[in-house]
Amino acid sequence: MKKNNEKRNLLSIEILGLLLGLIWIAPFYLMIVNAFKSKRDIFSGVLGFPEEIVFANFVEAFIDLEFLKSLFNSVLITGLSIAIIILFSSMAGYALARNKSKLSGIIFFIFVAAMLIPFQSVMIPLVSIFGQADMLNAGGLIFMYLGFGCSLSIFLYHGAMTGISKSMDEAAIIDGANRFQTFWYIIFPLLKPISVTVGILNVIWIWNDYLLPSLVLSESNATIPLKMFYFFGQYTKQWHLALAGLTIAIIPVIVGYFFAQKQIINGVSEGAVK
Amino acid sequence: MQNRSLAFWLFLTPVILGLGIVVVIPFFYGLFYSFTDWNGITANEFLGFENYIKLFQENEFMSSIWFTVKFAVVTVILLNIMGLGLALLVTRNIKSSNLLRTVFFMPNLIGGLILGFIWQFIFISVFGDIAGLTGIEGLNGWLSTTNTGFWGLVILTAWQMAGYIMIIYIAYLENIPKELIEAAKIDGESSFQRFKNITFPLVAPAFTVSMFLTLSMAFKIYDQNLSLTNGGPFNSTQMVAMEIVRTAFSDNQMAYAQAKAVIFFLIVAVIAMTQVYYNKKREVEM
Repeated sequence: MKKNNEKRNLLSIEILGLLLGLIWIAPFYLMIVNAFKSKRDIFSGVLGFPEEIVFANFVEAFIDLEFLKSLFNSVLITGLSIAIIILFSSMAGYALARNKSKLSGIIFFIFVAAMLIPFQSVMIPLVSIFGQADMLNAGGLIFMYLGFGCSLSIFLYHGAMTGISKSMDEAAIIDGANRFQTFWYIIFPLLKPISVTVGILNVIWIWNDYLLPSLVLSESNATIPLKMFYFFGQYTKQWHLALAGLTIAIIPVIVGYFFAQKQIINGVSEGAVK
Repeated sequence: MQNRSLAFWLFLTPVILGLGIVVVIPFFYGLFYSFTDWNGITANEFLGFENYIKLFQENEFMSSIWFTVKFAVVTVILLNIMGLGLALLVTRNIKSSNLLRTVFFMPNLIGGLILGFIWQFIFISVFGDIAGLTGIEGLNGWLSTTNTGFWGLVILTAWQMAGYIMIIYIAYLENIPKELIEAAKIDGESSFQRFKNITFPLVAPAFTVSMFLTLSMAFKIYDQNLSLTNGGPFNSTQMVAMEIVRTAFSDNQMAYAQAKAVIFFLIVAVIAMTQVYYNKKREVEM
């Protein structure tokens, strides 16, 4: 009797969950369905299926978004930023964890405390300084991402270092390796799990960032969110094109999520809990 | 590694340069120029607290702070209830557990700008059509009044972030020893008692983490604000972050905008520190 009750309970929870899941994806569903409609079709109703499937919306949006170019810019900027954040933050996390002096503790504290400063509080002087140095370009942007991203990353690497015994370093040093070789061949490979976490957290942030690129990049090397903003402004009241553009813009994210779902959820969970 | 070792400093040089040039120097540079008539390039006059006095008298800025505070309070409460609720749901022994986690988390991976545009369509066209079909007048014209614009932003943020908060609660829920729950079952505790006596206290640290995250996130929100309501109607749904961007880059009042940015920093920093302090204290007491 009790078993049956529990089963029925689980079933109703399952149904509740599935209903919530449907509500959760409804906005994406509505976006995709309407992206296949003609302008007139959307005007007569957005809740039903398309009268006839219109692919032309996607072709036009793809061309107007200069999608391959924006995708290339996004990949380039995100990729390079992640590479230098991972490399330099892991080096710093290692150095700070292996030096137990007061000074090292203070430096670590400054990096952690800097996380309190919201982006908008430094944005205006930052743009002014980089503007005067003629560095408002992709290179400057990547350097800015290092500055904003290193705090949390160092914090995570520093935490992970406590799990790596000092005898690893000592053995390598006795074998004649210098500090850089020790780090690169012994420590860095051991930090791989946390590097995955650091990479994922920073990819989600940098890939989707809009405000900073909008202040730094010109329209000709716009990333996807930036291009999407210009594009959407051009097509107000033309939902069939705007929705097709939005659908195209989120495809890379959905593809990435499909392949690395487990790592993404684990990475986000680790990053938040630590 | 010693303080005097060259390797120590070489390992730190890139990030010290990065944080220094990108965050620390602009922070103090901005703090200084917020007391002047700086135009983004040069400053001619030292104004003392003039910019600060002016901003406390400006209606638009004060109402953006008030709007942001209301938004933050509502979303923090909502997100924690939803996040914990979803986490309790998907950690039950149900078949669709993994699928649902994937679905609930998905909006987090997509930028706020794009999500805001999608929801603009939902609130304007989809809500409009539903109003036409059902005759519910209240669904018409969302995003065109301050009140519905507010709730539009809340709904968008809750939908986007709930899955993220869910992940945090899941991490804590899955750390609860199964034996504890079993023992309580044998002792005849109801599922509500089990939640109150075992799950809730053990998940309490998750509140520290998620309250801190949601509160600072709610205060700093910009992309969603820009793409969903663009501050309208008449700047009434404009949050602090957007207020600062507009004052600086649309009105070109750099020093004045920077004074607002300094106040913004103080608010965010005080909230974050109080939060951490109280939660640490409470955890120790328990």
